[in-house]
Amino acid sequence: MTKPIIQMKNIEKHFGPVIALAGVSVDVIPGECHCLLGDNGAGKSTFIKTMSGVHKATKGEIYFEGNEMNFDRPRDAMAAGISTVYQDLAMIPLMSVARNFFMGNEPTKRVAGINFFDHKLANEVTMEEMRKMGINLRGPDQAVGTLSGGERQTVAIARAVHFGAKVLILDEPTSALGVRQTANVLATVDRVRKKGIAVVFITHNVRHAMAVGDRFTVLDRGKTLGTAKRGEITPEELQDLMAGGQELATLEGSLGGTV
Amino acid sequence: MSETAQTAPPTDERVKEMSSFRKSLIRPELGGICGTILVFVFFFLTARDSGMFSPAGVMNWSVVSAQFTIIAVGACLLMIAGEFDLSVGSMIGFAGMSIALLSVSFGWPVWLAITITFVLCMAIGAFNGWLVVKTGLPSFIVTLAFLFILRGLTIFAAIATTRKTIIGGVRDVAEGDWLAPIFGGKIFTGFFQWMGDHGWIETFVRGSKAGQPVVEGIPMLIVWALGLVVFGHIVLTKTRFGNWIFAAGGDAQSARYTGVPVNRVKIIMFMFTAFCACVFATAQVMEFGSAGADRGVLKEFEAIISVVIGGALLTGGYGSVIGAALGALIFGVVQQGLFFAGVESSLFRVFLGVILLLAVILNTYIRRMITGEK
Ligand SMILES: Nc1ncnc2c1ncn2[C@@H]1O[C@H](COP(=O)(O)OP(=O)(O)OP(=O)(O)O)[C@@H](O)[C@H]1O
Ligand SMILES: [Mg+2]
Repeated sequence: MTKPIIQMKNIEKHFGPVIALAGVSVDVIPGECHCLLGDNGAGKSTFIKTMSGVHKATKGEIYFEGNEMNFDRPRDAMAAGISTVYQDLAMIPLMSVARNFFMGNEPTKRVAGINFFDHKLANEVTMEEMRKMGINLRGPDQAVGTLSGGERQTVAIARAVHFGAKVLILDEPTSALGVRQTANVLATVDRVRKKGIAVVFITHNVRHAMAVGDRFTVLDRGKTLGTAKRGEITPEELQDLMAGGQELATLEGSLGGTV
Repeated sequence: MSETAQTAPPTDERVKEMSSFRKSLIRPELGGICGTILVFVFFFLTARDSGMFSPAGVMNWSVVSAQFTIIAVGACLLMIAGEFDLSVGSMIGFAGMSIALLSVSFGWPVWLAITITFVLCMAIGAFNGWLVVKTGLPSFIVTLAFLFILRGLTIFAAIATTRKTIIGGVRDVAEGDWLAPIFGGKIFTGFFQWMGDHGWIETFVRGSKAGQPVVEGIPMLIVWALGLVVFGHIVLTKTRFGNWIFAAGGDAQSARYTGVPVNRVKIIMFMFTAFCACVFATAQVMEFGSAGADRGVLKEFEAIISVVIGGALLTGGYGSVIGAALGALIFGVVQQGLFFAGVESSLFRVFLGVILLLAVILNTYIRRMITGEK
């Protein structure tokens, strides 16, 4: 078994009086897709944000490639090869798709000793990556504000995949996607994983998790309920864990087993 | 682009072919371009015979427009980065006074006085930015405080050291200085003399300047204005830092998430605004030969108005340096044009208010077109 690329040990995160994470330990291995599951407010987004340098953990240790690591800013995490699709996407509506795609990572071209933004390359790469995800853009200079919710989400995913050299974190990347685009994203996760990149995949959809996940960690109110390997757990068990067990069974009864 | 064209999918039948004309309208400079054309047509029809378009007249409104442009470029980039600086006017008074005090009252070389003033002003700009970034307060409030602090300090420093609020004699001490002409000098003087000698532009016929052309050369003020516009435009649209400026103003949080050093960008923009104010102040002091504690009053609003006429959104993330420069040109041409046309000057403010409203309404419309908001 390969060594984990990221080890998060007993991570705690407090927002003033709110304890969003109360000691969560998770490790991620290169080439695996690690699914994070849990109810709304369980702390999934907070957890991956400590991984991607947005939040500083109140307590706990983070090891990246075996060394203790303390990302001060997302920029540091990105430089280390970690890229993220955030739940709120981190897209700027007034800016063009290409400018958004390369935001913080602009390609440059040296002309007369000065580094210029290489718009031509940026436009080409953006169009190409979007096409791979099954979305035909009107043009790379289209403002993100005019895209549909799913198209926006696809741009964010394509961007993260393009820059995720070692770790790719996806926070509910399929929440707004159509059937075809979802299949596309799941296929992309699979492809990326096979290249040896570690994927952290947050979702509320057990079927999606089961389709690509190698390991499943369930969070509940800032704590881990445990990690299971693929094959060790059935979709039903996972679903029950995510919803806090018993309650869903009763709910399910009243809804006629449709959930 | 040819590669893109080859692999391009068949055109999406849902996309109505947007006419390139309509597409070209959706740009920040639209208001500025229309306004500029309108203003020139208007004055050409009403004030052609007033000397407004003679060499001296052109120089008159060009210089005024250049002054507006210099501070508008700084305000523009700062506004696109999502912040305001209301202390620009006070900074102009402060910088001018600093140069005059250091050079005239303290007897330091003018180049040193100018250099120290630039460093001081940019440090204050950085402090403004740091406060905004660290406290998370609106820059509107933080820089409003500095509007008063700097103005008060300027008057206090002038009174405390010289018992006057106007300090003259800068021109005398600037004689022979190497740095002063960069701000107060004129270029192409030989060329203008040559044109005067050939009778292509008018020359003075009497007095000590007899034989000299009415326009001696291009003031450095105009060179600075053009230089800053070109610099600002290139930085904004053609560099990665420009992308960071848009991102920081468009949505600071999202920009941070994707690794844009938002705080650094904002602080640098505050410093750049201070730099522009300082250029303005230095050129003014060199031109007048004096510094006054009340110089620069209301300049921050004039800069902001130019920027808004130029199509920038007050909420940040969108705008154009070229647009801001056109806004400043409109501003300068109208202010001086009304004078040439013999219109009561108080009407200028009425005009200003009206055009500001029109610009903001147009900008909101353009913004909706871009973002697809309803
Ligand atoms: N910046 C913050 N300040 C204060 N509280 C916060 C902050 N961010 C998150 N929280 C709180 O931490 C808890 C966990 O939030 P988090 O966003 O991590 O949940 P989640 O598991 O991602 O939920 P969802 O499935 O709805 O996305 C919530 O109770 C939330 O209110
Ligand atoms: Mg979340």
